[in-house]
Amino acid sequence: MGAELIVIAGKLIVLATLLLTAVPVMVWVERRGAAFIQDRLGPNRVGPWGIIQPIADSVKLLFKEDLTPAGVNRWLYFLAPMISVFIAMLTFIVVPFGDGCGVTILGQPLGSLMVASELEVGVLYLLAISSLGVYGIVLAGWSSNNKYSLLGGLRASAQLISYELSMALAVLGVILATGSLRLDEVVAAQSGKLWNAVPQFLGFVVFVVAAFAETNRLPFDLAEAETELVAGYHVEYSSMKFAAFMMSEYMNMVTVSALLVTLFLGGSTLPGVHLEGWLGLVVSLAVFLGKVAFFMWLFVWVRWSLPRFRYDQLMRLGWKGLLPLATVNLVLVAVGVARGWTWI
Amino acid sequence: MDWIVAHFAELVFFYLAAIAVVGAGCVVIFRSPINAALALLCTFLAIAGIFVLAHAELLAAVQVLVYAGGIMVLFLFAIMLVNVRALPQQPQFMRRLVPAAAVAGLLLAGLLVVAMWRVGQGPLADPATLTTAEGALVGNTQAVAWSLFMQYLLPFEVVSIVLLVAIIGAIVLGRKETAEEGA
Repeated sequence: MGAELIVIAGKLIVLATLLLTAVPVMVWVERRGAAFIQDRLGPNRVGPWGIIQPIADSVKLLFKEDLTPAGVNRWLYFLAPMISVFIAMLTFIVVPFGDGCGVTILGQPLGSLMVASELEVGVLYLLAISSLGVYGIVLAGWSSNNKYSLLGGLRASAQLISYELSMALAVLGVILATGSLRLDEVVAAQSGKLWNAVPQFLGFVVFVVAAFAETNRLPFDLAEAETELVAGYHVEYSSMKFAAFMMSEYMNMVTVSALLVTLFLGGSTLPGVHLEGWLGLVVSLAVFLGKVAFFMWLFVWVRWSLPRFRYDQLMRLGWKGLLPLATVNLVLVAVGVARGWTWI
Repeated sequence: MDWIVAHFAELVFFYLAAIAVVGAGCVVIFRSPINAALALLCTFLAIAGIFVLAHAELLAAVQVLVYAGGIMVLFLFAIMLVNVRALPQQPQFMRRLVPAAAVAGLLLAGLLVVAMWRVGQGPLADPATLTTAEGALVGNTQAVAWSLFMQYLLPFEVVSIVLLVAIIGAIVLGRKETAEEGA
């Protein structure tokens, strides 16, 4: 009992540290990446290559004046950024972020490094919790008592509802091929054959596009379209409350990248590599982080390469483009499973 | 300390049940529709917690996914589009319905008491049915799937068709007469 608790607490600490460290690193990567893509220098004064810049930024954000505008709904205004961060941190506990490779700590096997290893309904839990994330945005938009905030919040919720469907359908294909809702079994099922991204290429594409929409990133960042809405749902927020929204956006990017890697790209495994013990554990962690890092870079890359969609284009793509594609993918997988094709 | 460990599940249950009941009460009492919607959200989440406590994990996940993450978001969406900030100040209407509501509430309470008394007479449902299918021990998800798609397949399909009809009906009713195809 005690050892079990210690191991779970240890996993949680590692996870929280990784997630919270990813945020400043990603902010730096984004700013330097943007500068690189736009052929300028970017922040390069604080520390070597400007790597200390995020720390300077967070100190600045912490000491900014924390404004509460007149006419806001105080409770909800205060609660909204908390909900965003809370939900963003909660989703990760069902993702297997490495491979224990038979390593035991205090007699406890590490398994696949999932924190909630007892939870049967891993994928559903993740979808359910992340569907609650929209409350942070909606309540922020509404409680600020500002037209632009409200419009941003409404756009965000409409967008999340529309793209959640396609995303869930794409995930269903993987679940159908695996026969389990547990993410570690999804990873295990991919180890002996092609990664899911190949036989379920349609589902993979749908999931990637939906991931951009779900995290409110360009080309789908209609919720914070600064040319139309000043800034979107967080117009009235300043100081650490604003930073909380930033943090949750980056943490959601990490989670959705990790989910993408786990569902479609074999998680922490590499084909043909089977290591045992601590070496295997470290290698699997590195493989997982490497794959996630690629998708994080993709987020930055796309953001600074593509223009923003128009609102009706966004809705048309979601309902008339992605939803049918995801359905076709699901039907194909279902046929494959029914006919007993082993490669699917 | 030992007492807390032994009764931990019961303590959590009463905690969640209190949230669910208070939340449900607040839905009726609050005058601001947004607050009422959020109170309903609390009730949904507390009920999901109670499902987890009963080892019905699938039901808990679906409860959060469908009710808290889907339906309530749409509720909020609709509420925010009307001018709700003015609503709490407006006089309440339909006071004449208070006696009718009281009678309906009493009837519902009576029905609940009878139902609970009736359930109390017989043996409680076997918790093992939550994780067994065809006599074999499986996960909660598989057990639900077995009973849903083997034992209750016909009712399940009938409900699907009813829901499909309802969706098509809603679309037909919600369409503007003047809207042209593809416009």
